[in-house]
Amino acid sequence: MSEYEVVIGLEIHAELKTASKMFCGCDASFGGEPNSKTCPVCLGLPGVLPVLNRKAVELAIRLAVALDSRIAPNSIFHRKNYFYPDMPKNFQISQYDLPLAVGGHLDIDVQGEPFRVGITRVHMEEDTGKSLHASESGRIRGAEYSLEDFNRAGVPLVEIVSEPDIRTAEQARIFMQELRSILQHLEVSDGKMEEGSLRCDGNISLRPKGESEMGVKTEVKNMNSFRALYGALQYEIERQGDIISSGGRVVQETRHWDADGNATTPMRTKEYAFDYRYFPEPDLVPLEPDLTVKVDADIKAPSANMTFETLSPTITAINVEEIRNGMSELPAERRWRFSKEYGLPEYDANLLTSSKAMGDFFENTVRAGAPAKAVSNWMMGELSAYLNNMNVEIESITTSPQQLAQMIQLVDNAVISGKIAKSVIEEMLKTGKDAEEIVKEQGITQISDQEELERLIAEVIKENPESADDYRGGKEKALGFLVGQVMRKTGGRANPQLVNEMLKRSLEA
Amino acid sequence: MWREGESSLEKYYNMKAWQLRKMLERREVSASEVLASVLARVEETEETVRAYITLTGDDARKAAEETDLAYRRNEAPGRVAGIPMAVKDVLCTHGIRTTCGSLILKDFVPVYNATVVNTLRREGLTMVGKANMDEFAMGSSTENSAFGPTRNPWDLDRVPGGSSGGSAAAVAAGEAVWALGSDTGGSIRQPASFCGLVGMKPTYGLISRYGLVAFASSLDQIGPITRDVKDCAMLLSLIAGHDPKDSTSLSVDIPDYEEACRGDIKGLKVGVPIELMQEGLTPGVKEAIENSLRLLRELGAEVKEASLPNLDYALSAYYIIAPAEASSNLARYDGVRYGFRAEGAQDIMEMYGKTREQGFGAEVKRRIMLGTYALSAGYYEAYYGQAQKVRTLIVEDFRKAFDDFDVLVSPTAPTPAFRLGEKLEDPLAMYLSDVCTIPVNLAGIPAISIPCGLEDGLPVGLQIMGKVLDEAKLLRVAARIEEAIDFKAVPRLERGVQS
Repeated sequence: MSEYEVVIGLEIHAELKTASKMFCGCDASFGGEPNSKTCPVCLGLPGVLPVLNRKAVELAIRLAVALDSRIAPNSIFHRKNYFYPDMPKNFQISQYDLPLAVGGHLDIDVQGEPFRVGITRVHMEEDTGKSLHASESGRIRGAEYSLEDFNRAGVPLVEIVSEPDIRTAEQARIFMQELRSILQHLEVSDGKMEEGSLRCDGNISLRPKGESEMGVKTEVKNMNSFRALYGALQYEIERQGDIISSGGRVVQETRHWDADGNATTPMRTKEYAFDYRYFPEPDLVPLEPDLTVKVDADIKAPSANMTFETLSPTITAINVEEIRNGMSELPAERRWRFSKEYGLPEYDANLLTSSKAMGDFFENTVRAGAPAKAVSNWMMGELSAYLNNMNVEIESITTSPQQLAQMIQLVDNAVISGKIAKSVIEEMLKTGKDAEEIVKEQGITQISDQEELERLIAEVIKENPESADDYRGGKEKALGFLVGQVMRKTGGRANPQLVNEMLKRSLEA
Repeated sequence: MWREGESSLEKYYNMKAWQLRKMLERREVSASEVLASVLARVEETEETVRAYITLTGDDARKAAEETDLAYRRNEAPGRVAGIPMAVKDVLCTHGIRTTCGSLILKDFVPVYNATVVNTLRREGLTMVGKANMDEFAMGSSTENSAFGPTRNPWDLDRVPGGSSGGSAAAVAAGEAVWALGSDTGGSIRQPASFCGLVGMKPTYGLISRYGLVAFASSLDQIGPITRDVKDCAMLLSLIAGHDPKDSTSLSVDIPDYEEACRGDIKGLKVGVPIELMQEGLTPGVKEAIENSLRLLRELGAEVKEASLPNLDYALSAYYIIAPAEASSNLARYDGVRYGFRAEGAQDIMEMYGKTREQGFGAEVKRRIMLGTYALSAGYYEAYYGQAQKVRTLIVEDFRKAFDDFDVLVSPTAPTPAFRLGEKLEDPLAMYLSDVCTIPVNLAGIPAISIPCGLEDGLPVGLQIMGKVLDEAKLLRVAARIEEAIDFKAVPRLERGVQS
């Protein structure tokens, strides 16, 4: 294997976070009764025409700016023609040889080493509907009938194509995570791979080290989680490596990642071999964003007679500089700020900026009055463990930053011990209750009442005279045993620091 | 009294829209009386003319009653109220089936109105019916309709032209006072010419295409078919204007086109493109055009030859671009969601194949195949790419010509109406029928056709072309020539006019 170099390029589709669809006013949100979010335009009824969603263009430009991609002064939409029942018009409005933006790069951190992945292009297109096939396999082949849900048809997508710069499955995974973080930080996309709002396909090939010609590639589809992306690419690297090492030749084909079988399998040629007959979409005008740096913010507001987020050819004043200026912080900038502003170690800053929601949760907790380092510890420890175990995103937990801050305060005020706090936070995450409420319910307030402790310590010394003598005779170890006995009597609710000091004082008196 | 009523039934259907509007406003006639006259005429002639696919008499009666009610209440009833209209069956009408002359949409009932239909509804539209047409507007004779051909009221053995042949025949026969058509390569102007009417293809983008079932999106444009230039101006004023639902719709101020019809044309520079006066013109057409040029000179215009050399390639470019766009636009008729679906298919591919094989007529399938081929990998540059370059050259030719001339004139069609079946088996001969009108669509400029004479009893049309958004000038020129020509002939609904 080591004599081969792996070449990976990724194609990522992200759903843009707009209120309405790309070419009509329909609700673009996820879910809903099948076909409840449709109209003549997104159903492709005879006679309808598309009108471009201004917000979608702005979001795509935001991403292109973040990737340092060059926004084209003039880009156009093309029709991609093929027949499929989930496509109402039997063509998809996409971009072809004049995309929204070309070039650019994304810098990632691979185990402490900076690594730059080139971006080929960023373009826009519309999503398709969803077919539900009544067959055992769930595929169209052999289905008795199929049903179509066009709620997703016409939802705006941005496609990001990377240069074939990626060399390992790990780099691919980190690239994807960083890209998702950017999409979320800029509020360009939800980036939810499970809901399909972020999808990834990849091209992968092997070539002898030092060779500049590309090897034969395969295209891998359905890598729809970070785990799938890593697994599928790793599988393909090994599969292609085995073929080449044993003197065989890799077949150029499209393969499907089967997460259950942990393998890629070839897709039948018929399923993807199309001549798309791309040609310029005659129903849309060229997209000409204003690339000049404006001194005055004299951007024209959409005219009053336009509903939704539509863009008419007469209102092309999408100013890139304005979009750039209005952009929120990128993950890399936030990471740097977290280190500097909160004095967090790089490792902490990295983890807390892995998604926008994580970073927001952290900052909101700090804003609610908790010390940054403590917040970071709790989030990277118990909170992350909980998210991993439950396989959920931080957005979906009911515990608020305010509640976490309150819990941290209870520890700081020595109301509960750090050890107890671990079970309290677990309960908080499970039930959504306040820390104080849990502490009160379970009676787990830390015993800091000195009189009560004096009484218990006296009892313990009386019950364990040998150990007391051992300590007095110089055996320091005996103290630990006695502390343990006190803790046992309090059900772990005593402040161990305090017990330690008081015991010493009693024994030495 | 009875006899008077009866005789008035006879006259309204043949009047001009502006005359009827005046009479309605003066309460000299009611909308219901006008409609009754037209519906009686439909009753009388539709069986032979076959102008309509769907008659909407009930809808029209309701509209006429509302108009009369508005007049009785002294409310403004809308600017087309009470004037019966034919609407080409390519325009979506909410709740009224819209077939595009195709079996594949035989029972298709739109859930929305085309923007022009909405606009006219607000103005009191009295719609007599949905007019026949070549399937998906592909044709020049209305013979490519799944609902059978329409006949030319001037000679029932001849075609009314196409694809808006139903609209033109309805107006010529008195089955409507005016009509809406659509024009992709001449589909308004050529039928207007064949039926002795005025027809205009406005500047691309002047009228919203929303709800116009697409044939070739970059060429399609809606326009009026009327009995005179004034009616054309009146209807155009109402349907022109920006529509946020059509991204290619222009955002411009709409002049008062009726007002624009006034004024003389002294000193007007008129060019006659030699490329449109070449072989293929019948002697009668040539004579009628030359007569028009003479009248133009008498009106004070300067008439000169013009040359737009690239017009020679317009037909070839058109028959790449239009089918290419059509192949994509018509892909949605697949039997999945609406319209006709063939029985007995075993899988989705077979369903697509059978549905489209059975649902589309021969000409539509021919153009889908032409267009699919022209866009195919490996052929795109040689066909579609090349055709687009030719289109750019044609745009340039016109631009240069309009540096020297105010308007260009030519015949609308090289011949008067031809016989039913005459060109049906020869697509190329049929395509040549649009040789004079096609360049206008490729350039996106406006053009109007007005009757300018007869050849053996059949109308001949004069085409006047102008630069982008110069409709006002076109209408003024057309109005002056119309007066000078004073075309008075009327169709007699007889067979075999030319012995």
